[in-house]
Amino acid sequence: MAESTQINSRKRFPFKLQFEPRLDTPPGWFSAALQIGAVIAALILGGIIIAVVGANPFATYAHIAGASFGSIGVLSDTLVKATPILFTALACSIAFRMKLWNIGAEGQFIMGAFGASAVVLAPLLPATTSAWIFIPVMMLAGISFGAMWGFIPGILKARFKVNEIISSLMLNYIAISWMNFWVFGVWSEGGFQMSPKFPQTAWLPRLLDFGKSVPLFRGLTTHLGLLIGILVAIILWFVIYRSKWGYEIRLIGDNPTAANYAGINISKNVVMAMMLSGALAGLGGMSEITGVIHRLQTSPVAAGYGFTGIIVAWLAKLNPIVAIIVSVLFGALLLAGREIQPSGIPKMIQGIILVCLIASDFLLRYRVRIVRVGEEA
Amino acid sequence: MDPIIILQAGVTTGTVLLFATLGEIFAERSGVLNLGVEGMMLLGAMSGFSVAVKTGNPWLGLVVAMLVGGLISQIHAFISITLQADQVVSGLSLTFLGTGISLVFGEGLSKAGTISLLPAFSIPLLTQIPFLGQIFFTNQSILVYLGYLITPLAWYYINRTRPGLHLRAVGEYPSAADALGINVFLTRYLYVFVGGAFAGLGGATISLAISPGWFSELTTGGQGWIAVGLVIFAQWDPFRAMGGAYAFGALRRLILDIQGPTMIFGLANPFYYNSYLGFFLQMLPYAFTVIVLILGSREAMRKRIGSPAALGNPYIRGERGL
Repeated sequence: MAESTQINSRKRFPFKLQFEPRLDTPPGWFSAALQIGAVIAALILGGIIIAVVGANPFATYAHIAGASFGSIGVLSDTLVKATPILFTALACSIAFRMKLWNIGAEGQFIMGAFGASAVVLAPLLPATTSAWIFIPVMMLAGISFGAMWGFIPGILKARFKVNEIISSLMLNYIAISWMNFWVFGVWSEGGFQMSPKFPQTAWLPRLLDFGKSVPLFRGLTTHLGLLIGILVAIILWFVIYRSKWGYEIRLIGDNPTAANYAGINISKNVVMAMMLSGALAGLGGMSEITGVIHRLQTSPVAAGYGFTGIIVAWLAKLNPIVAIIVSVLFGALLLAGREIQPSGIPKMIQGIILVCLIASDFLLRYRVRIVRVGEEA
Repeated sequence: MDPIIILQAGVTTGTVLLFATLGEIFAERSGVLNLGVEGMMLLGAMSGFSVAVKTGNPWLGLVVAMLVGGLISQIHAFISITLQADQVVSGLSLTFLGTGISLVFGEGLSKAGTISLLPAFSIPLLTQIPFLGQIFFTNQSILVYLGYLITPLAWYYINRTRPGLHLRAVGEYPSAADALGINVFLTRYLYVFVGGAFAGLGGATISLAISPGWFSELTTGGQGWIAVGLVIFAQWDPFRAMGGAYAFGALRRLILDIQGPTMIFGLANPFYYNSYLGFFLQMLPYAFTVIVLILGSREAMRKRIGSPAALGNPYIRGERGL
């Protein structure tokens, strides 16, 4: 058993902090409270830095809240921003559950968007196709391209023990170049850095499409992708926590040696988990391109959703259902962040939140005691 | 498309990767995997350039960049060594943090003005060496020469000195090192700092010498991650890191140069006539990193060379195992 670790001890001060390993699992509310505490600490730290660079942290945070939840219109925009994050967060959750560090969700998202676009732009289907055929085929294309992009680091890890962090990250850069090639070259619309707009039948339905019958929905851009994402999250929860395969990948993540002795094929599961992870991110790319952008264009697709997904997955403790709520909060941060100066603030806050979260996990494993110096055994 | 110019430029741009890779070698040799290299490099590039613009002194920028890189790395050190958190996630978060902070503090820096560059010069007699003289000793930045000096020193330090022995012991078998009276925690903190300082130096090498300026995330463009990959290829050996870094530098230059001429090998150059084919060239460094990783891990399997045995594991006193 580990001996207690001592830090922060001062010579003259009669009390000191002592850390003892917890023998019991702390209750669920403690873990949740800790997460929230970490986020609050992160916001305070972020506020200090914002103040240092000369902006007003209170105004910044108030602006973020107002610009993302202030009215039903911006709330809808927040949900639109949350949708791609939800997909990438789900993608990361399943891979991280196996301690498989897929940080290539960004590239898999891009490839999914590319695959879905190819259906319209190649074209695999004529522009007159009905939405009932268009949407499922595009979903399938997005899923396949994402899965393919996840398969590469998966098979490299299983076959050659290539570190999946680096290989999946390198594939992000390759995916961006790949998309640029099509956007700038083959599918460029009149030399502009974007493809032609998709036909309306290749758009995911949005709330505003029902504005005629439900006046409340007028002008709201929330699209079907959100519903698909929530559905996928619920299915994924059952897969992870209630299926045999979910048990296997959790076991591999917690104790690969035990999993191996239990006869679980680790290599096969690595490849499968990476493919599923890629497929989810790819579906996210499809949802974004058919629900929001309606054309292939580099900057709105490669907007860093894959990286935000990592943080959201971690904050949600890899739980798909919790990821839905956390995605909305991060959607708000990204939405409001577009108008905030300096423009790096949302990225910085995301970084600080992740750092605080990881640091706070320590308190789940250790109990803090304030003891009199010389008193401890 | 002059091969000598490509190789010469390869050594120049490869120096960035060399510094970052050497730093990561030190950190990993002590048993701490730091995936925050990209973030630390960005911070180094930003702070170095910023100080150089404000004070007009690039040397001061260089020193500040190294300090900033070293200091920010201590967040990772604290989280992974003292708080015993997962090094992968902690390192990732450091990259996010470093990127974010450098974007916030680097706001408007790209238009902040110009700086006086660190000096570049030729070494009188050595330039006369045929072929090599022109590649290595003609009109190179002082930082490139620093790379020639530091690489053998790093090798000697790690493999032939007592502190180097302690460093390796802490990375291979921390409980044995602890029993011998080596302070495992302090050693790890120290080499994570060294790694951060090197990464900061690498970043500043970009912004103060090689392609001066601040271009937000594009300043490093993933070179920090390539460096993490190179460490595996280099099998934690400084000289192999040097070879790998220069090769990658040369590749970057080749990609630029190949798009210039109208004819290539007597054929019409497709990259000249279809500029967007250049995107495939841009993939090459990243694709090469993956290939290099495959080669590196195959060779390591064949020769039975492993990573430092304790790499990635927090050291907890009194616990069984490594």
